[in-house]
Amino acid sequence: MDRFRMIFQYFQSNSESVMNGICGLLALASVKMYTCFDFSCPCLPWYNMAYGLGIMFVPPVALFLCGLILNRQSLVMLEEWRRPQGRRKKDLAVIRYMCSSVMQRAMVAPVVWIIVTLLDGKCLICAFSGSVDPKKFVGFANASLVQVQQLLAKVPCKDDELMRNNTSRKTVSRYLRCWSQALGWSILLILIIAAFLARWLRPCFNQATLLQARHWSNYIDIEQKIFEETCCEHSRLSAHKCILHFFESMRQEIKLHSFSLPREGEGAEGKEDLLQGITDQDQVNKLLKMWYYEKPPLDVSQV
Amino acid sequence: MDKFRMIFQFLQSNQESFMNGICGIMALASAQMYSVFDFSCPCLPLYNQAYGLGILLVPPFILFLLGFVLNNNISMLAEEWRRPQGQRGKDQAVLRYMFCSMAQRAMIAPVVWVSVTLLDGKCITCAFCTSVPVETLGNTSHPGLSQGEMKRVLARIPCKEIYDGQELIANEVAVRYLRCISQALGWCFVLLMTTLAFLVRSLRPCFTQAAFLKSRYWSHYIDIERKLFDETCAEHARSFAKVCIQQFFEGMSTDLAAAHCHPPRKAPADVGEAAEKLLGITDQGTMNMALKSWHRCKPPLHLHLPALPSGNGWAGEGQPPAHPPVPRRETAAYYSWV
Repeated sequence: MDRFRMIFQYFQSNSESVMNGICGLLALASVKMYTCFDFSCPCLPWYNMAYGLGIMFVPPVALFLCGLILNRQSLVMLEEWRRPQGRRKKDLAVIRYMCSSVMQRAMVAPVVWIIVTLLDGKCLICAFSGSVDPKKFVGFANASLVQVQQLLAKVPCKDDELMRNNTSRKTVSRYLRCWSQALGWSILLILIIAAFLARWLRPCFNQATLLQARHWSNYIDIEQKIFEETCCEHSRLSAHKCILHFFESMRQEIKLHSFSLPREGEGAEGKEDLLQGITDQDQVNKLLKMWYYEKPPLDVSQV
Repeated sequence: MDKFRMIFQFLQSNQESFMNGICGIMALASAQMYSVFDFSCPCLPLYNQAYGLGILLVPPFILFLLGFVLNNNISMLAEEWRRPQGQRGKDQAVLRYMFCSMAQRAMIAPVVWVSVTLLDGKCITCAFCTSVPVETLGNTSHPGLSQGEMKRVLARIPCKEIYDGQELIANEVAVRYLRCISQALGWCFVLLMTTLAFLVRSLRPCFTQAAFLKSRYWSHYIDIERKLFDETCAEHARSFAKVCIQQFFEGMSTDLAAAHCHPPRKAPADVGEAAEKLLGITDQGTMNMALKSWHRCKPPLHLHLPALPSGNGWAGEGQPPAHPPVPRRETAAYYSWV
């Protein structure tokens, strides 16, 4: 338990670490999902391709959307993009930086699914067993066209009576698996080369702009968190004051009838300063609306 | 539990230790990946070589590049290499040290993959089964097959269940032969790598120890400086946000006071503390200038000790001024005790 707490604390230390942690968890979840999923090829001529390609491409789309949903920064980016300009200019470089960082993290789990699928081979064998050239394989060269299609469609099903001890089935299966694994490793190689070039070459272009974009995107995130904390604190104090006021008014009513209760202490007064003079629902609503429509300028020099 | 925490803290203590941890994890992951990977030789004449050699060589290359990608120092190296000289000279020896140390760590996982692959034997068996010497190992009195037909039969050696050349050459004999060669290659490779590593480690102190100590120090310094800069920027952003939000609330309060005629409140005490942490940078333009200047013109490696009080609150070490002075041409002043 302690171990998890330490790992958790390490990842909480800043929000980029949190996002990296979520991204890693989604990737592991995607591998686990694939191993738990019971792939069962239909072994019928048109259904095979639909099933095989469906299993290869539909879960990655779902994982990509999950990656966007679970990433807090995507909401922050959308808000920054859509807010009215007000007194604070919008910097497109910051929005672009946030968008690209969100997309990169969301792409990891789908890519892991596709690569694991290709390296395993079952999807491609199922989808393309009907598309191999039957003349290359001894057992299928001498059958009529329709029969060949039926037989090839049954290749992924080892337990079918026609296919149980058929050596040509094993040949076709190995052939397709070889292509599938080669494709998987090639995609992985291309992605790693792209990641390597991106990390190596990025400081060569516009490093100053990158430092600025990263700083302000971090700032927007922190500002949002601190605003939420301040609002929470404010609402807590408002609620406290409201309830005290209610009890006070009850007490005054009782006092009118019975003349014997002592005065309440002055403890609540000190907290009023923190309410900043914003003390009713309309004022709070106005403040929240103002925060959205007209964010303050990035200039605190009148401190 | 304490032991785990100590190990974790030790690995976090600097980037090099952290990278050693990652490097160890990648080596284990590489062995695990090989055992999980379902090696399935195609058993067709030309495909065998491509598949076998591909599995032997492509994943190590991927693991090597991954070792670089996961290493945060790579962007530090590229940044240090490409930054404008500014007031701080560049030292090629430091860049070379950083690159060599990254490359050495990135080599470990690929070496593990290649060793495990060779010692297991499936890749070499798959790639070279068509080159087995049939004259010495097989049955030479078998009726002659054409070249193509023989290759097709030999290509099926790795696939026991579809092998049909038992009269030509026994499957077991061929597989043992190929596996023996593969394991011999594997052990020679392991021996070669360990010898190289031993030579690199033991010969270095004999030749370039002084230069090595300097390069290592300054490369650690650059790493720590970058981390501290990022932490300072994050702290600054936090204080900036606190003050900005406080002023927003106050601004609203003042507007409401003007509408309802009661006096505005004064700022609570902790905002004063946040304001001090702003280090004099109080608007977006100044912050952007500070960040640009950090990249374009890093401060010289020469600390100004606070001997005299100065009026503008910049009596600290090496802080980038908001408007950088004309850069002086300064060669790297790395002092050495040797």
